[in-house]
Amino acid sequence: MDRLLFLLATGLARGAIFALFALALVLIWRAARVVNFAQGAMAVVAVYVAFAVTGLTGSYWIGLASALVAGGLMGLVVERGVMRFASHASPLSGVIIAIGVVMVLQSALGIAFGSNTRPMEAPFSESPIVIGGVPVLSPYDLFVLILAVGLMGVLALLFTRTSLGLQLRASAFAPEVSRLLGVRVTRMVTAGWVLASAVGALAALLLVPTELGLNPHSADMLFVSAFTVAVVGGLDSPPGALIGGLAVGVLISLVTGYLGATVAPIAVLVLLVAVLLVRPGGLFATTEARTA
Amino acid sequence: MSADTNARPAASATPPAGIEAATPSPRTSGPLTTSIRAPRERRRRSTPRLLVTALVLTLVAIGATFLLDPYRNYQFALIAATFCATAGLTLLIGLTGQLSLGHAALMAAGGYGYALTANALTDAGVDGVPRFVVSLAAAAAASALLGLLLGLAAARLKGPYLSGVTLVLVIALPAFTSVFSGVFRGDQGVQIAYDGVPEVLRRIIAVEQWQAWVAILVAAVFVTWLAALRNGRAGLRMRAVRDDETAARLQGVRAGRVKVLAFTASSVTAGAGGAVLCFVTQSVSPGAYTLAFSLLLLVAVVIGGLGSLLGAFLGSIVIVMLPWLIQTATGALDLSADAAQRLTGNLPVLVFGVLLIVVTAAWPGGIRATLPKRLFSKRMPRAAAAPAAGPDAAVAADSDLEPRTDSAAEPIPTTTER
Amino acid sequence: MSAERTDARGALRAAERTGAELRLEGLTVGYGGAPVLRGVDVRVPAGTIVALLGANGAGKTTLLRTVSGLLPAASGRIVFDGVDLAGVSVEDRARAGLAQVPEGRSVVAELTVDENLRLGGLQRFRGRRLTAAVDGIYGMFEPLARRRRAAGHQLSGGERQMLALGRAIIAEPRVLLLDEPSLGLAPRVVAQIMAVLRGLRDERGLTVLLAEQNVTSALAVADHGVVLNLGEVVADRPAEDLRTDSALRHAYLGF
Repeated sequence: MDRLLFLLATGLARGAIFALFALALVLIWRAARVVNFAQGAMAVVAVYVAFAVTGLTGSYWIGLASALVAGGLMGLVVERGVMRFASHASPLSGVIIAIGVVMVLQSALGIAFGSNTRPMEAPFSESPIVIGGVPVLSPYDLFVLILAVGLMGVLALLFTRTSLGLQLRASAFAPEVSRLLGVRVTRMVTAGWVLASAVGALAALLLVPTELGLNPHSADMLFVSAFTVAVVGGLDSPPGALIGGLAVGVLISLVTGYLGATVAPIAVLVLLVAVLLVRPGGLFATTEARTA
Repeated sequence: MSADTNARPAASATPPAGIEAATPSPRTSGPLTTSIRAPRERRRRSTPRLLVTALVLTLVAIGATFLLDPYRNYQFALIAATFCATAGLTLLIGLTGQLSLGHAALMAAGGYGYALTANALTDAGVDGVPRFVVSLAAAAAASALLGLLLGLAAARLKGPYLSGVTLVLVIALPAFTSVFSGVFRGDQGVQIAYDGVPEVLRRIIAVEQWQAWVAILVAAVFVTWLAALRNGRAGLRMRAVRDDETAARLQGVRAGRVKVLAFTASSVTAGAGGAVLCFVTQSVSPGAYTLAFSLLLLVAVVIGGLGSLLGAFLGSIVIVMLPWLIQTATGALDLSADAAQRLTGNLPVLVFGVLLIVVTAAWPGGIRATLPKRLFSKRMPRAAAAPAAGPDAAVAADSDLEPRTDSAAEPIPTTTER
Repeated sequence: MSAERTDARGALRAAERTGAELRLEGLTVGYGGAPVLRGVDVRVPAGTIVALLGANGAGKTTLLRTVSGLLPAASGRIVFDGVDLAGVSVEDRARAGLAQVPEGRSVVAELTVDENLRLGGLQRFRGRRLTAAVDGIYGMFEPLARRRRAAGHQLSGGERQMLALGRAIIAEPRVLLLDEPSLGLAPRVVAQIMAVLRGLRDERGLTVLLAEQNVTSALAVADHGVVLNLGEVVADRPAEDLRTDSALRHAYLGF
């Protein structure tokens, strides 16, 4: 019972990270109708930057800020540099180019820094707080939960309450009409990429200390989990990303806790296939896809 | 309902390019109309021609092995095995628009099917050609089963969803082999008994050349089958579904069934490729079928030219030979051990990534598009594939395939460009 | 080249927000095969309504989409308030005051009525002035005011057309392009929309190019009528003539 509570709590913290990363996928999907398969590799580049900056300055927080900046820059460079050349006539070319970006970024990191895994320290303790004799949640997990949920709240406000958010949404839903109204749609697509990539970078930065450490492939599994989250929640639905993220996080935590870590990828695959066969639009597609 | 009634209206059902939205785009109307007309007239005559071409190319390939040294023959065998998988993948993407990132897992299914059956047969005292043939059949069956399951899921999925599922499948592969390590032996993988050169040939050829022969023969059989499938009614239906699924459905084409068939056929050839790799290397393990390898298969078909069997063959050569070339080149440089290791592992991936991006963005036809449209004389317009080359003059006509790129295009007025 | 473009943009931006003249000179659209528009000349004087008439497929939608920049012209000039629009993007044309209500009332289905209107106005107004402008549209179209929070996809056909029109005029455009606003609407709603157009012309001096198949409604408000047939201008007459001269009407409009 104690173990269940602990697994649930860490699952929520892990799920909040998945949700953030999935949100990044959703943002780009809505802005450009591309599933950004390069999201993980782009985020890892930003985490390497944060790692270097933290190493130089000694401050986790400056590192965190630099990860956000580096993530945003990655979004800018990838969108303007290569994704813009994807054919609009074919949905496949975006995916293929994104795969190319993955290969370039991961191999470039491998050449520059080697494939060794570097341990990365969390800014807070990772041993669980014990409440009434029951280990519940580590301070770091709590920090992750608060930061992730807080950031999602800020993003929700940005999208629903500001004119930038209104233009971002309009460009995603109806690019031609938006242009006719004077909205600079291509800039909005770029803004979507920048925003999403910064969010994805933050998610990866939060995850790495809880895993083995940093290497060029650190975010592969994060991408896979977040893709599943995005599919479970519906690629068009930011609230779906949050709920789906928490659900997948808890599921993986329980499977890992009771059945072992090797089973986790299979559980993800089974969940993904099951959702796609039963509700291809995502579990929340009809109820919430049209909001926010 | 016969294919004849299916096929005709599909041509006219090309998506309308907006009632008066300027000129109809050649992109939407061109390839479909040609593809509908061509195969129907040629089909009857093309099958013997296909077989003759396949036979000729196979003999040429076999002959070529006499000119190569043992290591080159080993590489030739790898290329032929890879070609099995890339041929299936290029037709899957090119003909049906289904982008699989998981063909390495399908190859692995074939490899494990082959290895487990071969070991069981060895225990039962069977060996030689019967063992190989039965194991190969088992490999095809194993990958067909996995492909069928994936195809059933894929038929209901669009674009990125299928890519995602197949991606997760490859990443989950080591988990499967670990969880069921009683059968698959975890990361170690399954080893099989050494299959030497048959008695009669032992005087003439070395084992590498024998392996190349086997790989060439298997590739010839499976790729010819694929080519026949593509040239026939099934291929016609696949293109119809790719171009406009709704229109195809309205013509009575069972779109779901067509996609499942395409995925399964593609899996079978991938499985055959996995079986050959297992035969050549005498083992199968999850470490050989990583995501990186799966992406390499994609690289091969994209740089070769999507939908083109010849392109898939050329792409297979590139992905087998380029890493070796780079390794040789970095070996010649005077580098520290650490730097050399970083470069040999990563430089090929970097090059392939750049190629993937550049080809997709700027050169969508791939290598195939730079070659003359009809590589072989008019007498063999539908010549198909054997390992030495997969000439697909026909595909050239049909292969205005998926990723067409309007370089530097503004997103909106796509209908009127050009 | 780029200097010229900047000049054109600057000139467009500096202009005041009253109706502007729109001139099409020898406009040809479409590549290869038969062009959809062939050497079309149309002049829409500032502060007037010109009805663009013609059968389905005559090229009306193509003409409007070319003027707003969604389609490229093969040759010819589009002159807006004396400035050649060649090389000016769709967005900049819109910002300069060239508004288009596309065919099919392209309301953004996922956005609410309020958001659709704000989207239309926010290139010109921000903050309180934007809210005031939105309220102005609600005053003009009362049914919309009752459905502020409704999403675009929940609206009726008439409500959508009102919203599309309201969204186009909220930023006080100088030239308004309308593509078949009456399509599929009840006569009462059509009359209301035509009344709004007349009011905008009379009070603000708005210039309107109105593509319509509903000849009677269009000619009722228009000052001038241009008839397109198979991509060419076949008649260019005062609306009065087309309204009253039955021989003319029969020759060009088929009734």
